[in-house]
Amino acid sequence: MTLAVARPLARLFASPGQAALGCVIALFLLLFLVVPVTTVIYVAFTEKGTGVFTLVNFVDFVRTDLFVNAFWNSVYVSSATVALASAFALPLAYITTRFDFRGALLIQTLGFLPLIMPPFAGAVAMQLLFGRNGTINLLLDEFFGFKIPLMEGLNGVVFVQAVHYFPFILVNLSAALRNIDRSMEEAAQNLGCSGFRLFRRVVFPLALPGYVAGASLVFVKVFDDLATPLLLNVKELLPPQAYLRITSIGIADPMGYVIAVVLIVVSVLAMWASALALRSNDYSTGQRGGGGLAKRSLRPWENAVAYVIIGLILALVLTPHLGLLLLSVATVWSFSPLPDAYTTAHYARVFGESSIYIKNTLIYSSLAAFIDVLVGGAIAYLIVRTKLIGRQGLNWAASAALAVPGVVLGIGYLRTFYNVQLPDGRPLATLWIVIVLALAIRRLPYALHACHAALEQISVSLEEAAENLGATKMRTVRRIVVPLMTGGILAGFISSFATAAVELSATLMLVQSSSDAPLAYGLYVLMQSPAGRGPGAALGVIAVVLVATCALLSHLVIERSQRAMGAVVRR
Amino acid sequence: MSPTAASPSLRSRAVGVRVADVNLAYDSTPVLKNVNVAIEPGEFFAFLGPSGSGKTTLLRFIAGFAQADTGSVFVGTKDITHLPPWKRDVGMVFQSYALWPHMTVRRNVAFGLEEHKVPRAEIHARVAKALELVGLGHLADRRPSQLSGGQQQRVALARTIVVQPKVLLLDEPLSNLDAKLRVQVRRELRDLQRRLGLTTVFVTHDQEEANTICDRIAVLSDGVIQQVGAPMELYQRPKNLFVANFLGTANILDGRVLIEGASRAFDLAPGLRLPIPPSATVPANAKLVFRPQDASIGSTAGGGTSVPGTTIYREFLGSIVRYKVRIGAAEIIVDAPFRTGDELHEPGQPVTVRISQESVLWLSP
Repeated sequence: MTLAVARPLARLFASPGQAALGCVIALFLLLFLVVPVTTVIYVAFTEKGTGVFTLVNFVDFVRTDLFVNAFWNSVYVSSATVALASAFALPLAYITTRFDFRGALLIQTLGFLPLIMPPFAGAVAMQLLFGRNGTINLLLDEFFGFKIPLMEGLNGVVFVQAVHYFPFILVNLSAALRNIDRSMEEAAQNLGCSGFRLFRRVVFPLALPGYVAGASLVFVKVFDDLATPLLLNVKELLPPQAYLRITSIGIADPMGYVIAVVLIVVSVLAMWASALALRSNDYSTGQRGGGGLAKRSLRPWENAVAYVIIGLILALVLTPHLGLLLLSVATVWSFSPLPDAYTTAHYARVFGESSIYIKNTLIYSSLAAFIDVLVGGAIAYLIVRTKLIGRQGLNWAASAALAVPGVVLGIGYLRTFYNVQLPDGRPLATLWIVIVLALAIRRLPYALHACHAALEQISVSLEEAAENLGATKMRTVRRIVVPLMTGGILAGFISSFATAAVELSATLMLVQSSSDAPLAYGLYVLMQSPAGRGPGAALGVIAVVLVATCALLSHLVIERSQRAMGAVVRR
Repeated sequence: MSPTAASPSLRSRAVGVRVADVNLAYDSTPVLKNVNVAIEPGEFFAFLGPSGSGKTTLLRFIAGFAQADTGSVFVGTKDITHLPPWKRDVGMVFQSYALWPHMTVRRNVAFGLEEHKVPRAEIHARVAKALELVGLGHLADRRPSQLSGGQQQRVALARTIVVQPKVLLLDEPLSNLDAKLRVQVRRELRDLQRRLGLTTVFVTHDQEEANTICDRIAVLSDGVIQQVGAPMELYQRPKNLFVANFLGTANILDGRVLIEGASRAFDLAPGLRLPIPPSATVPANAKLVFRPQDASIGSTAGGGTSVPGTTIYREFLGSIVRYKVRIGAAEIIVDAPFRTGDELHEPGQPVTVRISQESVLWLSP
């Protein structure tokens, strides 16, 4: 009888240590994620000053032409970006998965590009190359007497974002195509189906979930992006409007919060669409691995066409990087196809007086990444290894950070922590540690995912063996779990670090003085003035190198730890 | 699969399949070597062999999914070697079933008819009939992921036979089912094949599966067809050591043929000889082969050759007792039928093993 009661109790409450851990994490998420976001929503739905529930702010939003325009502009920019990015990604994905093609590896490496460069860094470089008086148009004007307005207004934003974000679609779509078992295609051929009909009836519907997942990710990233439109001086979009309201009118003005709520709603909808698409992706039910789509060899002329298409897209994708590099060593570069002369002075300046940005970035990002693996690892452990009540709640809360746009988190932090007074009378929101916390919350879902994946690979029996030999839960975690998870934890740390290093949407609101500013902020400020472009570009190149090194490192770490553990750890 | 008579609309006139002189290599690794096989109209035929023997590749060659370097394949009298898979009229059931997850069962089964431009009303009737035939009429609107393994397998079968192919190819169709279901489904397969009268080729690595349902079997190893024949024929008269060993259990003893005047003997070990009957043909490098049930322990009565040995191991399997006996340096298996009340031989006991003359084979690799 005692057993019958004791067992469910044990199952519900886990050990006191685990429960305490769960509480600490819950408190962290509550303070730095739930409260700020709820505050934003609360302010949007209440009357200014009184706290009475009202929809009047939303009525104002709908009645203001500027906001309605900004909303539709945002929808247009995001949709057009998805369309243009799909136009880049579809041929690449299809060529590399469907045919025996040599450049496949090169194209897969493209998947890292959006990770290693902040899009706003490329924006200035692209203006110099594709803008009204950029390299391409100057050459076109000289030889053919016309210009193409690639970088004008909203379309400029679309162009920059599509070049930057198309790999998200490429990666998801390629993975989906590669996961289609070869027998799916062969069964259709066996029943008399071939050519384009085969693609339309079998291949495309099976790859659709992967495409939708990638496309909705791009949609939401572009919809929420603040920095790129600001740098291109396009202000009639929702995130810039929210930013401008808060920074120019003040944090008491409700319109910024209304826009934030709109951003959250669109984000959640897009995430929901993506999750729905991926859920119907349990398409591989009970199938034995067949090794992806059947590949066929290209005829020589087809091969030539494929290379031309890929060459053009690659050239386009690499232009921002090239432009940034050129800009960082140029003395003067305007109204000419290439810079007039070259110098290393920008780098000297960046490493000299502007080195504070780099130092801040290193500190903020590593602190944020450290918090992420600590919290992410703990949540992963609670989910996978314990029966603690509410552990899934922690998981959902941490993952929900994905659906919170950076601008929204920034506004929420400002509003929430401006009223919290420090002992010396300053508001908490002005302290640099708030930037770190915002970065940590923004990147937490990724670290959680990495730790979760690492832990899932470790067989429970390895821990049970330790406990059987007399190790307590705590010591088992320290001596068995953490060492085995090192690879995953390290990979989570590095990717959190790398992406936090180029984050701007959330931090733009929170930086109070330039001595506290991280690299991305410094880059943004420098790029505002023509004289600052050179040093700004140098800073951008440093960011790219930093993040690229991290990406490479994390790739190596994951690969090595998988090789080392492979046979032992898997169930 | 309900035991109702097959509807006439799904029955077609049977044709044979002939594979001639096929050589096939993947990246210079030969997979099929000079394969020739003729399958009779209406026959249930098996390609049997261990993994890597080339049996699946041979099936995929017939379906048009593997390109041979030389050789051809005929369905009836028609050469289909250079036709693409979608023009071959050869139905294949995949090992993974390959049901399209984005379509319902009904749409999966209708797919081939739609591709063959069959009128809509007729598609409806034929799909219903095919699903009825495999006993899944009530699940037509489910998705494949909502079906059990056995049900998925039946949908895959219905999807293939509904287009009335000239030949049915089955790639290890039972391998993804659990043991109990496997026995049931293989009977149903056999039953259905009989009713449709459809020439069927079945790939398997399981000799029991092949023995129980197939008319004839081709045993493959290393890309070479070792022997073709009815199951009992292969078991009783294997042509080489591989076939003898692959089908059932065989004792294989090394030795040397000694010729002393007119009589021959097989020298197993110093002082251990078996006489070779004058009528037997013994190839070069031959080994002595016999089945465990063709030897017995203890009795010296009756014909046959007796050799001394020691039991080293005993397994009680119910209807039989399996002994491992050491003879010279070799170990052999002897299966003795068990009748209630029989005394068993204890391990370590010296015994006499009698091998019946007529069941002994002399085979080379």
